[in-house]
Amino acid sequence: MSFWEVNRQLLDGFGDTCLLFFATLVFSLPLGLVVCFGSMSRFAPLRWLTRTFVWIIRGTPLMLQVIIVFYVPGLAFGIPLDARMPAVIVAFVINYAAYFSEIYRGGIQSIPKGQKEAGQVLGMTDSQIFFKVTLLQVVKRVLAPMSNEIITLVKDTSLARVIAVVELTKSAQDIVAQWGLLWPLFYTGVFYLAFCGILTLLFGAAEKKLAYFGG
Amino acid sequence: MAVLKVEGLEKSFGKTQVLRGIGFALEKGEVLSIIGSSGSGKTTLLRCLNFLETADRGRIEVNGETLFDAGQNAGSAADIRRKRLHFGLVFQSFNLFPQYTALENVTLAMDLHTKEAAKQEKRRASKAELQANRARAKELLARVGLENKMDHYPCQLSGGQQQRVAIARALALEPDILCFDEPTSALDPELTGEVLRVIRELKNASTTMIVVTHEMEFARNVSDRVIFMADGVIEEQGTPEEVFGAPKSAKTRAFLQAGQEM
Repeated sequence: MSFWEVNRQLLDGFGDTCLLFFATLVFSLPLGLVVCFGSMSRFAPLRWLTRTFVWIIRGTPLMLQVIIVFYVPGLAFGIPLDARMPAVIVAFVINYAAYFSEIYRGGIQSIPKGQKEAGQVLGMTDSQIFFKVTLLQVVKRVLAPMSNEIITLVKDTSLARVIAVVELTKSAQDIVAQWGLLWPLFYTGVFYLAFCGILTLLFGAAEKKLAYFGG
Repeated sequence: MAVLKVEGLEKSFGKTQVLRGIGFALEKGEVLSIIGSSGSGKTTLLRCLNFLETADRGRIEVNGETLFDAGQNAGSAADIRRKRLHFGLVFQSFNLFPQYTALENVTLAMDLHTKEAAKQEKRRASKAELQANRARAKELLARVGLENKMDHYPCQLSGGQQQRVAIARALALEPDILCFDEPTSALDPELTGEVLRVIRELKNASTTMIVVTHEMEFARNVSDRVIFMADGVIEEQGTPEEVFGAPKSAKTRAFLQAGQEM
């Protein structure tokens, strides 16, 4: 198997890695905000329910969650087990929403109370205060922990192989099994590094863009 | 007629009773200073007036309209918002919005109100309206001496400048009564003068104001009336001459004495 053939096959797997990465982000970023509001709710039962949910999701391995989401519907309801990628995406979205919600919560709660009060005495509504006053300040504060989490997500995508989704790592393992070549497995590191490198640059740029204001 | 009438205001936090029956009236154009030691309830009183706290008992009346009556339902969130606009509040710690320039800090709420009013008439706010808001904001910033700092962000301004932006921001909504919560307490001594000067100029323009302050000189020279609070009650009130010149209460005397010895 030539170098270029290996690259082609790995790129195929990398496509699935990217799909999983972006799909997780698109759904878990907003879902995390919903979970976050739940965990800060003044309605205690909702708050405890949400916090228990976050505890369970953060307290068990992502790999186990992927396995559960994939197998349990089939075992319980006899649904055929063929939706591998959707199952992984669902598990990832739930998992990352739980982590993001805690980052959001920390960000929101770190904004001084005076900001909200200043909006209130100016006759602003709660949603105006959130979107016009608090949000950008929260974004600035959560940028660093979010970049951490999102870079972790890049590498977590390799867990999808436990239910035989052929993402980057799995496609390299297939080459190892089929052709007896070991180097493509090591070579996948280059893909992950490049991906994370680009993300690091993007987050750096975003941080710079928000550096114009203090607080 | 009195602009503001407060009757029997009481407020507790848990078991601590912070306000124990506060009542006073304020005439249009008057400046009222509230003095007293920390923990006497001055700030809580201001916060009750601005609906940042809900009093347990008592009434608040502005221009003859009952804004708050502890016996009655407070009304919807929209009601409370509308009632709030009778008061403006300048905070001890400024609380400017850091991501906006000085000018944007002043126009933000104005623009939101303009847009909301337009929406109720089922139209969009016109450019001319928003332009008018900007013009007014610039005028207000010029009035507090910041015509050269309009495009600066709060982090680029000194504490005194930030507080002056906060005053312009509060004035923008044309409150009936402008409240100040220790406006100079977070400032370096050399910066308090510029803020006090602005408040003095507002007095000359007949702005009705309530100033919670530790600046005794200021309270004495600028206010029309002074309230001395102790342990959640109005211990003494009167003209500055009465309160500072011939205090009747022993507590007032002790408080003013302690201030002089500092």
